[in-house]
Amino acid sequence: MATKPLNGAQVIIECLKREGVDTVFGYPGGNVIPIFDAILDSDIKLILSRHEQGATHAADGYARVTGKTGVVLVTSGPGATNTLTGIYTAYMDSIPLVILTGQTVTGVLGTDAFQESDISGMSFASVKHSYLVKNSNDLPRVIKEAFYIAHSGRHGPVLIDLPKDVGMAPCNAPFVDSVDLPGYKIPGKASQESVEQAAVTIRKSKKPLILAGHGAAISGASRAVKELAEKLGSPVSSTLLGLGVFPASHELSLGMTGMHGTVAANKAIHECDLLINIGSRFDDRITAKMSEFAKQCEVVHIDIDPAEYGKIIKPRHFLCGDAKSVLEQLLPLTEKLDSAAWLRTVESWKRKYPFHYPKQGGLRVQHVIQTLYEVTNGKAIVVADVGQHQMWTAQFFKCDYPGQLLNSGGAGTMGFGFPASIGAALGNKTGFPVCAILGDGGFQMTLCELSTAYNNKLPIKIFVMDNHFLGMVRQWQDLFYDKRYSGVLMENNPDFVKLAKAYNVEAFCISRNADTKRIIERAMEINDGPVLIHCVCEQEDNVFPMIPPGASIDDILIERPRDILEKPTGGT
Amino acid sequence: MNATVFPAHSISILVSNKPGALVRIALVFSRRGYNIDSLVVSPTLDNSVSRMNIVARGNPETLTQIIQQLEKLVDVIQAKDHTRQNVLEKELVLLKVLCKSGERTELLQLCNHFKGNTVDMTENSMIIQVTGNSDKIEAMLSLCKQYEIVEFVRTGKIIMMRGEGKT
Repeated sequence: MATKPLNGAQVIIECLKREGVDTVFGYPGGNVIPIFDAILDSDIKLILSRHEQGATHAADGYARVTGKTGVVLVTSGPGATNTLTGIYTAYMDSIPLVILTGQTVTGVLGTDAFQESDISGMSFASVKHSYLVKNSNDLPRVIKEAFYIAHSGRHGPVLIDLPKDVGMAPCNAPFVDSVDLPGYKIPGKASQESVEQAAVTIRKSKKPLILAGHGAAISGASRAVKELAEKLGSPVSSTLLGLGVFPASHELSLGMTGMHGTVAANKAIHECDLLINIGSRFDDRITAKMSEFAKQCEVVHIDIDPAEYGKIIKPRHFLCGDAKSVLEQLLPLTEKLDSAAWLRTVESWKRKYPFHYPKQGGLRVQHVIQTLYEVTNGKAIVVADVGQHQMWTAQFFKCDYPGQLLNSGGAGTMGFGFPASIGAALGNKTGFPVCAILGDGGFQMTLCELSTAYNNKLPIKIFVMDNHFLGMVRQWQDLFYDKRYSGVLMENNPDFVKLAKAYNVEAFCISRNADTKRIIERAMEINDGPVLIHCVCEQEDNVFPMIPPGASIDDILIERPRDILEKPTGGT
Repeated sequence: MNATVFPAHSISILVSNKPGALVRIALVFSRRGYNIDSLVVSPTLDNSVSRMNIVARGNPETLTQIIQQLEKLVDVIQAKDHTRQNVLEKELVLLKVLCKSGERTELLQLCNHFKGNTVDMTENSMIIQVTGNSDKIEAMLSLCKQYEIVEFVRTGKIIMMRGEGKT
């Protein structure tokens, strides 16, 4: 007796299982009911969010901590459009996601049917690739390709739009194990010739600097970066997303570079004679004034994406390939450099310009983060939202492990941190606690996910740094706009402790420096569900150092200047 | 506003025949501020692959980036800039001109000079077909301005490498 073929929805779920998917983040709706029906018969865990944006950020956080592809399942129309911010966030940071969106039935596509949106059209500019499946027999191939594309080369989000009738129709096509994509090329190793030429340049350097970016973290190049730094005798700075690739506690570490990075890292970039960029795309947060960036040095740029070649900086050598593989090619060709004098100079900058903050006044965000670092002994996964607290997290939570600090780097998406911490907690296998460090603004964008965290008993420590301001914008208005505060006051913030309790979430409040350690320690003991720590912080604190956008490294501000500054010329 | 006239670039692209490929390619150009002057899509020997010939204008410094971004698209098999290379570049124009019987001889001479053909003729009009490189077509159109041009349509440039090699 011939067995009844699976329908499209069942095949989708079977394909997900074959890709090793164990968790799906989603929110249902009419056009995706067949897939929600099929998932019931599988052992895939469905995490029901409270908003599709939250589901997408959660899948992103899950992908960042597990290294696997995050999967999102939402309905058509508004369900699909609500994922766009999350897709764009993942795209900017090269995070592998597969987003399955329901769609109206194929017969009425293009007629403005109920909850029809041209989501593939809307998302073109923010996906690595996308599909609209019109025939159920294409499903095995499309899903195989989608996972392959999302998680190979430079990772990124792939969207699959699934009309409802495709999910309901029988699928007779066999499952596939390989892909045939003639236009899709994945660099692995760099050409040996290019590596040898770069090695010649590297050997001449007396003032080397390594810049570790997100690409180094994604490729698992942490050990190779350390080996290279120690072998050359080269200091290492990191981008925001590269923090943890090289241990912050290592004597060669200069910490974060860029707008709010260390003086030492920024000065080193300005004075080195060799810059080895491992998997950073020379974002404008890093380069400050482009015309003055890395003019004095030779640049070796390692990147898996050939389109990054010369996009911002024309390097002397471009080594196109996976960071770890390229470093393994490069390491045997390198030797100890004559960098002792340079290392002494760099060390003196480190000593002269440590991160610091005023100890007087009310509770400081920096103090809370510093205390969290001490209480956890640096062993925590920290998910930041976007703004001042994010920069202070990068400054004061010194990361020794790759993947320890999660950020929306390229996109700077407020509202990312809390839902991403949910995904991180679900995927976390390190045994470290997951801590979300959020501002009062960003938390209120996605706080509905408190239910998701509670329902799944996720032991997330949710720090809400409440200064009643959108602090980073306020800082700019303070420094560059004559203190004309416009649209930055968070009036009538809720009582965050009561709010948490309304969701059955345990909560504490810190309003004095002296209470910080005790309350964090108490929060750390709660592990059967989330706990919220409301931190009532100093209202008008600013993040320093700061290189004003469009300014050069020489204009770095160590502390608040007396005068009002010129309005910055660079973007945001 | 910026009135700089940028040089035209001739680009050929081999692309998998997939829905949405044209939109993805167009987005790469528009995001980098390039205007597409002409676009020709045609089949190739392999019926799963199409060829696109695009003539576009924009800042030459960003052209390398555009080619790299095109190459990065999953559906794009190959993207090449042929500007100032040893390639054949041809296009075809159909030109509809009003002409009384008295003007016909002169117009036919003009047509003949450009090795054009007349492909339609009525008492008061004719349609001239000319093929060649863009300069030749421009010259032809310019000379025809003394007559009353009703309309014209150009195919856009198609490009092929000279010699044995593939474009």
